[in-house]
Amino acid sequence: MAGIGQGPGPDAVFAAKLAEGVFEIQKCGSCGTHVFHPRVICPACGSADLKWVALTGRGTVYARTVVRRKPERGGDYNVVLVDLEEGVRMMSRIDGIAHDQIVAGLKVTASIGEGAEGDPAVIFRPEGEAN
Amino acid sequence: MSLRGKAAIVGAALAGCGEAHGKSSMEITIEGVHGALADAGIALGEVDAVATCQPLDMLSGLTLAQELGLNPRFTMNNRMGGSSFLSHTLWAAMLLELRLADTVLICYGSNQRTASGKLMTALGLPTYEAPYRPLFPLSSYALAADRHMTQFGTTREQLADVAVAARAWAQKNPDAFMRDPLTREDVIASRPVSDPLRVRDCCLVTDGGGAIVMRRAETAKDHPKPPVYLLGGGEGTTHRDISEMEDLTVTGAAQSGRTAMGMAGVKPADIDVVQLYDAFTINVILFLEDLGFCNKGEGGPFVANGGIAPGGHLPVNTNGGGLSCVHPGMYGIFTLIEAVRQLRGDAGDRQIDGAELALAHGNGGVLSSQVTNILGTEATL
Repeated sequence: MAGIGQGPGPDAVFAAKLAEGVFEIQKCGSCGTHVFHPRVICPACGSADLKWVALTGRGTVYARTVVRRKPERGGDYNVVLVDLEEGVRMMSRIDGIAHDQIVAGLKVTASIGEGAEGDPAVIFRPEGEAN
Repeated sequence: MSLRGKAAIVGAALAGCGEAHGKSSMEITIEGVHGALADAGIALGEVDAVATCQPLDMLSGLTLAQELGLNPRFTMNNRMGGSSFLSHTLWAAMLLELRLADTVLICYGSNQRTASGKLMTALGLPTYEAPYRPLFPLSSYALAADRHMTQFGTTREQLADVAVAARAWAQKNPDAFMRDPLTREDVIASRPVSDPLRVRDCCLVTDGGGAIVMRRAETAKDHPKPPVYLLGGGEGTTHRDISEMEDLTVTGAAQSGRTAMGMAGVKPADIDVVQLYDAFTINVILFLEDLGFCNKGEGGPFVANGGIAPGGHLPVNTNGGGLSCVHPGMYGIFTLIEAVRQLRGDAGDRQIDGAELALAHGNGGVLSSQVTNILGTEATL
């Protein structure tokens, strides 16, 4: 694995993986902690031994907000914090459900969709729904 | 060695609050400096350390020194958002106690209302949040409010009562920007912005500035106004981005408050008047809990039904706060200036009788930086 000083940094690696349709996060080879967002050293123990690992993709909504916007300006959209099974949290969006039905505790599954600029971004859908 | 009571605020002034047409942020700042120096009876040339943090100018400490014609021994540009100024007071006390400086100036100003009509910020969205378009900084606080409601049953009405209390205080403050009557129903019926927060849950967008001058306690009484002593201070920094905040219902105010009150040797029940950075209604609930004025999860009932309004069980944000008095982007220095007014007995219709001990609390980023100051009159030394 690329350590300190070798190859692109963790932000660039994450973005490159996402562009290839791969959602992976880091896991510390020293203390076993999963790490997101991508970092140079493990925030739990300081080790630089961070490896990219696959995920179950399953998570739970921790908090949600709906940004209210006029229909002519694109309409409302949701912004959520999701806790992944691996113990990390990320900001995201839930597709495939009415905004008002998104509540803390909702089980969701990750997939790769589009972010605000049409760039690849991790989004979630209610568990059991087809992508 | 403790910093308790070693330094004091000997001058304070507001400037350009509300709308300051045709003035730059630094010009508003300098007007505040002029006022604070006059209030303290100190000549500009005596200032030998300066601190500021401006909305857009990344080198604002240098700009400040230049505009004042000073070559300070120390220039502090510590940038933690709206809490910066309550950190500047701690650095000021350290410089004064170590005799590395004799007169420290702390100041702020912004023309955001007349210059742009909205928050002026040099910050962009964080890399891992930008794809989802959270409103900065509003959606971060909305997420915290949502989580607090989920976890503790905090209600929409309780959030509204924070704004209603702020307005009731503002009605006693002739300098407050919004003084029209405001009811719980008005707040709940106001325009939704980022659920559960509505526009009346949000701080104002005004111009404004202010400055304070600090000196060592031993000479603090050589000035026209009664000194206000810094009895304790503490900081907490838990994250930068809301997605990295471990528990959205517990802020760094738990650490900053414990540290500050420990240094001051006081407990929440001793505090006569409280000034909290109320960027959004949820802030007040979170900070009252984390600072120990009520138990975690009980902030909603604590603020409900006039609990922190005039005549309530704890006077909070007696100037009307960022919600109704003034909010020019970063509010921290206004918590200090209102605390000074109260401890001098100089707060007019909103004066808290016998106020001897005040808590001022600043918030920076998105609940990211928390800084607490405990201030007191000579009687508390």
